[in-house]
Amino acid sequence: MEATDIPGLPRGVRLHFDKIRETWVLLAPERAVTLDQIGHAILSEVDGQRSFGDIARTLAEKYSAPVDQIARDMAGFLGALRDRRFLDVTS
Amino acid sequence: MTRVPPPIAMLAELTHRCPLACPYCSNPVELARQDRELSTETWISAFRQAAEIGVLQLHLSGGEPASRRDLTALVAAAREAGLYTNLITSGIGLSERRLAELDAAGLDHIQLSLQGTDAAMADQIGGYKGGFDRKMQVAAWIGAIGFPLTLNAVLHRRNLHQLPRAIDMAVEMGARRIEVATVQFHGWALKNRDALMPTRAQAAETTRIVAEARARLKGVLVIDYVPADYHGDYPKRCMGGWGTSGLNIAPDGQVLPCHAAQTIPHLRFENIRDTPLADIWYDSPAFNAYRGTDWMAEPCQSCERKTKDFGGCRCQAMAIVGDAAATDPTCIKSPHHGALQDRARAHSESADAALTYRTAPGKPIPAE
Repeated sequence: MEATDIPGLPRGVRLHFDKIRETWVLLAPERAVTLDQIGHAILSEVDGQRSFGDIARTLAEKYSAPVDQIARDMAGFLGALRDRRFLDVTS
Repeated sequence: MTRVPPPIAMLAELTHRCPLACPYCSNPVELARQDRELSTETWISAFRQAAEIGVLQLHLSGGEPASRRDLTALVAAAREAGLYTNLITSGIGLSERRLAELDAAGLDHIQLSLQGTDAAMADQIGGYKGGFDRKMQVAAWIGAIGFPLTLNAVLHRRNLHQLPRAIDMAVEMGARRIEVATVQFHGWALKNRDALMPTRAQAAETTRIVAEARARLKGVLVIDYVPADYHGDYPKRCMGGWGTSGLNIAPDGQVLPCHAAQTIPHLRFENIRDTPLADIWYDSPAFNAYRGTDWMAEPCQSCERKTKDFGGCRCQAMAIVGDAAATDPTCIKSPHHGALQDRARAHSESADAALTYRTAPGKPIPAE
């Protein structure tokens, strides 16, 4: 994924707080993906407007972590969602 | 037994009525009549209860769910309860206006069935003239509204050669996913094994086509694949394990661990009209019958795969072996595996066997 790529959740994919299991999940067509804290933090920034690079910098600042490491985590996580068609990426 | 987890998915079979008559219909052979169907209010209560006990995904199915006139109200109520709503449909009964109403009601996703890739095949399998053309029209409306779409291609000996075209059609329709579903032999399909059983060569070719298409269409189209289990070596992880992740409500309100569970004669099922869903999920003897691994006999009990596939499908063990607690005979470790594969070969070589179509609820059941 490139720094200028813009990730966004397509129609039919949404974040949902599961009150029974007390965790965030990503609801998608016929699937529910349990999110850990990192996954939830990343997806909370994904809005279909800001670029991958912008989001990485925001998260690096927020969690006082190296931006390269954040970008690596994001690329792995978001890339897997894209392969499952749970994420649109425009450039 | 370990603690029972909350259910994730619920299949609501709103009705057994359907304009199509597919010979592999997964509905039970004894169909529920319209006058036994749950009311709108009872379905809505079931959806709320489902959300309260942890269900996230609601699959609205049938029969043809569009045959229920209150479909839009049911979708709206399910969304209000916090459920992700998936409509499993043939498309017949959906107009452009009705799709717009479902859109406004918050329907999340549509799974559209495909009986064949041209009218000649699809209308013959569905037993409904004009069905294919109508379905293509509905697919165009779905695309125009922008509903996320999964195409569900149901495949068997007569139409497996159409798989490459079905995959192309999914891409052309803008579907994000296709289910390549080889017919599973339950319900009506059991009456049609001579007509529908794929050959071993077809099953192998299907696996090859799926692998090639998955690589070629990565990031474009997700392919879920249900292989021909009679020709396989290990059984499917049926329902993700009995009473583990999903449940099913039949049109008359019976709550089932899977859609074929009524074929297991010693099980008694509770009804959502009488019993709270939480009590049924956690305490019903039918749901507890094959949970976990304690119920297993050999060869399952000492098998390293027992928590992987949970011994396969209980209904298939019942149908083929006559014992719902036996190892699914599609497993190479089952003593019945060789006989099953011989039968599969014999079924697949039955040239020109006629199709036995599904009948309407309340109509006589055709003989084998």
